[in-house]
Amino acid sequence: MATETQSAAGNGMADAVGVEGHEAAAAGPGMPQLDFSTWGNQIFWLLVALVVIYFILSRVALPRIAAVLAERQGTITNDIARADDLKRQAAEAETAYEQALKDARSEAQAISQRTRDEIKAQVATATADADARIAEKSGEADKAIAEIRASAMENVEAVARDTAEALVAALGGSADTATISQAVDSRMKG
Amino acid sequence: MATEAETGGLVFHPMDQFIVRPLFGDGPVGLFTLTNATLWLALTVLAVAALMIVGTSRRAIIPSRSQSVGELAYGFVYKMVEDVTGKDGVRYFPYIMTLFLFIVFANFLALIPMSFSTTSHFAVTVVLAMAVFLTVTILGFVKNGAGFLGLFWVSSAPLALRPVLAIIEIISYFVRPVSHSIRLAGNIMAGHAVIKVFAGFAAIAVISPLSIVAITAMYGLEVLVAFIQAYVFTILTCVYLKDALHPHH
Repeated sequence: MATETQSAAGNGMADAVGVEGHEAAAAGPGMPQLDFSTWGNQIFWLLVALVVIYFILSRVALPRIAAVLAERQGTITNDIARADDLKRQAAEAETAYEQALKDARSEAQAISQRTRDEIKAQVATATADADARIAEKSGEADKAIAEIRASAMENVEAVARDTAEALVAALGGSADTATISQAVDSRMKG
Repeated sequence: MATEAETGGLVFHPMDQFIVRPLFGDGPVGLFTLTNATLWLALTVLAVAALMIVGTSRRAIIPSRSQSVGELAYGFVYKMVEDVTGKDGVRYFPYIMTLFLFIVFANFLALIPMSFSTTSHFAVTVVLAMAVFLTVTILGFVKNGAGFLGLFWVSSAPLALRPVLAIIEIISYFVRPVSHSIRLAGNIMAGHAVIKVFAGFAAIAVISPLSIVAITAMYGLEVLVAFIQAYVFTILTCVYLKDALHPHH
């Protein structure tokens, strides 16, 4: 278009239009928009174009896009519902897990309590046993000590009697055994 | 507007880009002649098909890029229709989607250098606006009967003011298709013409850097305008449709 314009100008045409033939006449005072000789043509092709676009849209494009949008909406709704479902399941699983944990903890506590009680009982019986045995042993020991002490006293008595007899004999006296033992007895008691 | 100042080397033909020419040969433009307008209308249809059919062909749950854009356009217009017209306006969603996609693709294709801007032509925008106007008016009477005239009778205003308001409302109602069509074509035409004027200035070597900066800035603005005008056209259509479905203020 520009080249035509240039060539027209190059022809030195001073008139307002710069194109030849019917176009010059058609363009009239300068606005091609007001050249009514082309209106019929433009309107005809415009109507054709509009009808074609209308059928393209109403028969193919718009139903297709509407379907795609509806499908997408459905998919999104389903996904959200499924996500909610999964979330609820997860929450349920969590509560179940926590319940199980609580049960296990209380059971463990019960077991440990029971074990502690058992051990305590065992310790108590063992202690009692040991006490009894200790008491028995100390009784025996006491008896042994008493025996030892008794025998020691006897020995002391015998030694004292013998010593007394020997002393009496050494001093030139003579004493019968009964008198000496009586004297030793009375001395030892004193 | 299309005056051409031929001073020195400067030649401005800002409106030549809008001339409708036959694609083949040089004959007159008949009713069925394939013209550059026809070509760019066809490319618009192809672009719509590429995005909305090819782009969404995999019907993926996790969308590809093109499918995302298609779904984005669908959601954008669907929400607009639903928000403005209410639940019962959703029936007309395919028609509004057709309008929106046609305008938005026509506007963006027109931004390709050397392309032809179909939506800069009143022939196109007037047909679109009149189609909306007639549909909405007929629909209003079919749905509400004479009650549709309640649109012009502002019952919340004082009784004495109502006839005056009714006249104003009726005038504004009939001005709707005019503003509806001129807004779109005017915006697109003006932007493209301004870019062309800046391009004409680029012929002067000293000014050309500035000119190129200006073209770049205008192009950025036009990208915004291309979308905003499609959006405005669509949302106004929704508002008019809402008036037809619920004429009582």
